[in-house]
Amino acid sequence: MSRIHDMGGRFGDGPIPDKDDAVVFHSTWEARALATTLAAGALGAWNIDAGRHARETLRPRDYACFSYYEKWIAALADLLVARGVLEAEDLERAARIARGQAEAHAPAILDHAAIRGPDVLASQFKVVPYRRPGGPAPLFEPGQRVRTKTYNPNHRKPGGHTRLPAYAMGRTGTVLCCHGAHVLPDSNAHFMGESPMPLYAVEFGASALWEGDAEDQGDMMVLDLWQDYLERVDE
Amino acid sequence: MPHDFDPDHPHSLLPSDPELRVRALESILVEKGLVDPAALNALIDTYQNRIGPRNGAAVVARAWVDPDFRARLLQDGTSAIAELGFLGRQSEHMVALENTPTRHNMVVCTLCSCYPWAVLGIPPSWYKSDAYRSRAVREPRAVLAEFGVNLLETQKVKVWDSTAEVRYLVIPLRPEGSEGLSEAELAALVNRNSMIGTALADRPGAAG
Repeated sequence: MSRIHDMGGRFGDGPIPDKDDAVVFHSTWEARALATTLAAGALGAWNIDAGRHARETLRPRDYACFSYYEKWIAALADLLVARGVLEAEDLERAARIARGQAEAHAPAILDHAAIRGPDVLASQFKVVPYRRPGGPAPLFEPGQRVRTKTYNPNHRKPGGHTRLPAYAMGRTGTVLCCHGAHVLPDSNAHFMGESPMPLYAVEFGASALWEGDAEDQGDMMVLDLWQDYLERVDE
Repeated sequence: MPHDFDPDHPHSLLPSDPELRVRALESILVEKGLVDPAALNALIDTYQNRIGPRNGAAVVARAWVDPDFRARLLQDGTSAIAELGFLGRQSEHMVALENTPTRHNMVVCTLCSCYPWAVLGIPPSWYKSDAYRSRAVREPRAVLAEFGVNLLETQKVKVWDSTAEVRYLVIPLRPEGSEGLSEAELAALVNRNSMIGTALADRPGAAG
């Protein structure tokens, strides 16, 4: 049930690279990868959770060796076809254009473009919240002890998206606060509805997560976890 | 189609060279009228030049000089940051985390690269690296030492893993010697990494 993106706590990744990095884009293609992904995302053919899932479901060997924006554009190509925005044949034509084996036609009328140049800056400051009214009543309150599920597969979709990291499974922590009912990624990523559900900030002692390996028993880790991921602790 | 075509991963139909890959996707989307080339240029300009960590630095400096704003920010980060106009994409729900003599906060996204874009810009490469994502939750003190952060002996570390759509902004300790500085001068001391928790704010005279 694990996927390669779920790497919290993993050993072997070495030192943190480029700690003073102040460069926004390290190459022109990275900038264009970001822009193309955002502009295509504005078409509304998928949501943020589906976008994340597309990156997470790249083949593990691709995920491991692709750079950050290579993951983005691979997932973008996959999503465009999966959602019917493009056909596989369109990608083959795109490849021929990029290799100089075909001429790109003049841009069609931009009837379908979801976002136009002059509207871009304002669009990035548009707030589309993920909190929703309603949803199930909160089962937990601040200060309450809760345990994360020991096994948390996506029950809606085998191998589907979920946001409980493996390092925090089966651990006991304390609810800091409830953020209200938020869109549930496990459902939304698969276009099965937003299924809003109470979302909690849950604090774990470092020793609850890492036992004797914790660097300092007094340190803490906080995760935002949906109600479905949590169970009551009877103490 | 190539004989090894994987229907789950049609990206394999594109050239593997990333520069050609992006050009291919951009060309076909523009040709079909799905993407406006002017929007692409404007998006790049937005994140290259218009949205970045100066936004977050303005929030921190305001919190340092205005106790009422600080109280509102800690109570409801979303509303307080909205006062300064910095909510937006990937900064829809904001929580401010104040460092104190007994607590040092640090933010990560172990599952992907969640980050408060409208407040801090797009994330730096180290934040998106496997090394940071894997190590920040297991050995935050070793990571902080790599960044050159010396914790106070009294400080415990609290790591926030951004597993949902809540985004976190660290309010670093106001540096010694910054008394009497203007809000703008204070903002200049607030480096990007200090708002993620992997640096302290700069001391006056040591900025940069």
